[in-house]
Amino acid sequence: MPEGANVQYAPTEIMTIEAARRLKNGTVCFVGIGMPSAAANLARLTHAPEVVLIYESGTIGAKPDVLPLSIGDGELAEHADTVVSVPEIFRYWLQGGRVDVGFLGAAQVDRFGNINTTVIGGYDKPKVRLPGAGGAPEIASNAKETWIIIKQTARSFVPKLDFLTSVGHLTGGDSRRKSGARGKGPTAVITDLGVLAPDPETRELTMVALHPGITWEQAKAATGWELKRAGTLATTKAPTAEELETLRDLQARTAKAHGTVSTE
Amino acid sequence: MTTKIMPLRDAIARFVKDGQTLAMEGFTHLIPFAAGHEVIRQGRKGLTLIRMTPDILYDQMIGMGCASTLVFSWGGNPGVGSIHRFRDAIENAWPARLAIQEHSHADMAGRYQAGASGLPFSVLRGYVGSDLPKQNTNIRTITCPFSGETLAATPAINPDVAIIHAQKADREGNVLIHGIVGVQKEAVLAAKCAIATVEEVVDELDAPMNACVLPHWVLSAVCAVPNGAHPSYAHGYYGRDNAFCKAWDGISKDRETFTAWMKQHVLGTKDHAEFMKSAGITPPRERKVANA
Repeated sequence: MPEGANVQYAPTEIMTIEAARRLKNGTVCFVGIGMPSAAANLARLTHAPEVVLIYESGTIGAKPDVLPLSIGDGELAEHADTVVSVPEIFRYWLQGGRVDVGFLGAAQVDRFGNINTTVIGGYDKPKVRLPGAGGAPEIASNAKETWIIIKQTARSFVPKLDFLTSVGHLTGGDSRRKSGARGKGPTAVITDLGVLAPDPETRELTMVALHPGITWEQAKAATGWELKRAGTLATTKAPTAEELETLRDLQARTAKAHGTVSTE
Repeated sequence: MTTKIMPLRDAIARFVKDGQTLAMEGFTHLIPFAAGHEVIRQGRKGLTLIRMTPDILYDQMIGMGCASTLVFSWGGNPGVGSIHRFRDAIENAWPARLAIQEHSHADMAGRYQAGASGLPFSVLRGYVGSDLPKQNTNIRTITCPFSGETLAATPAINPDVAIIHAQKADREGNVLIHGIVGVQKEAVLAAKCAIATVEEVVDELDAPMNACVLPHWVLSAVCAVPNGAHPSYAHGYYGRDNAFCKAWDGISKDRETFTAWMKQHVLGTKDHAEFMKSAGITPPRERKVANA
């Protein structure tokens, strides 16, 4: 467990906190389940109380007290500004161009920020059948920008995706713009090692920041392609005591709520 | 007046036949589990199962051999992981080969809307750059006759039967859904025949003016099945049984444990109330908190 100024934290904690910090107050964020949801709610509970969280189940302005286990937990509907149907959320709100940030997780990502959540191995005879697309293909091609949060390993950062589920910068350069996808595509990939951003010209994901105590060699070794780096690698800010406490409280509340046994 | 209100067993026997296309919807909320169990009990085979989010319910139906084709956009046990019977069917063709037609959520929702609207296809800004169209010939493109833009086009869904679960019906069979309403209204209106199970039948719906009410005349059957959405939840009645969803991972992991569990609790019981008793399930209370 690395040590900040005077607090200890886990790699997944700094990943979540670094992602949360990027979310500005008032931003409209279409939130994926899991790590994106943890980061988005941490932002809401710290510096961005007016962030608008949209989940694909149709909840707009969700303010869950505990993290949802599923994308359609009652917790999301309970305190939302409004709950709309699933066709409406994807048509009026996403394809209508009302989402600032699409916040996604992934099983595999490639050097251009394209995402696989469909299969490992071949499509017809997969080694591992993953859940599939869900809302991601249209989030990735309709939000004004997308962020990806994913643990950085040679297995998840692959030279070639087994399946391209959701578009990033496609084959780099201006290929995304030419494809008809809207928005800027992935502007940040936040990992447990640091932050990657697309090169302005080639659109290849480039390491721009490392978390405190993480080395460039570690990041290279955890990437399945020849990783490039910014001229000056920034160091992210270690989590503050307040950020950590808020995140841990949220996760403790969540564990308690979801651990409830059915025979109670 | 002929009533649409009937026992679930009668509704499934009368309206669900082998080889049909069957859509069972409910987006995490209000999943029609009791109805799915009844389809399994009555031994339906060769179904084309349609559902945006095949989770535990379709895992059970696939594992029990009800399905020959699955049309979907996300398959998993939310917050837990894989659905093992679905994976075993796709990866190893057990208990039988399962053909899949895979889409995205936005597309599936649009396809139901097209079906409900009497349109032949749905248009969306979707699948840009994705490999999905290479695996699914139903995902094609169309050029907008006005702007010249290329957009995705997919055929309308018009299932033979749609089944949903809702909070309540009145004695005429008008059905009220509230909370996360998903794609249920579209699925019902797209289908040739629709069945709704409900938590309770009441004298008055007391529905707010713009509430989601499905009039009795678009439904073929309305069946009172308390706890009919367990282990998903029914807003205003009971919470999601997360403990069961986690336990399902262990029950479904291997073929023998799965089959034994289904035989004992689903095939070995006559209805949903007996199933709940046999499996030792009490749905959890809803979690109510004052929001921070």
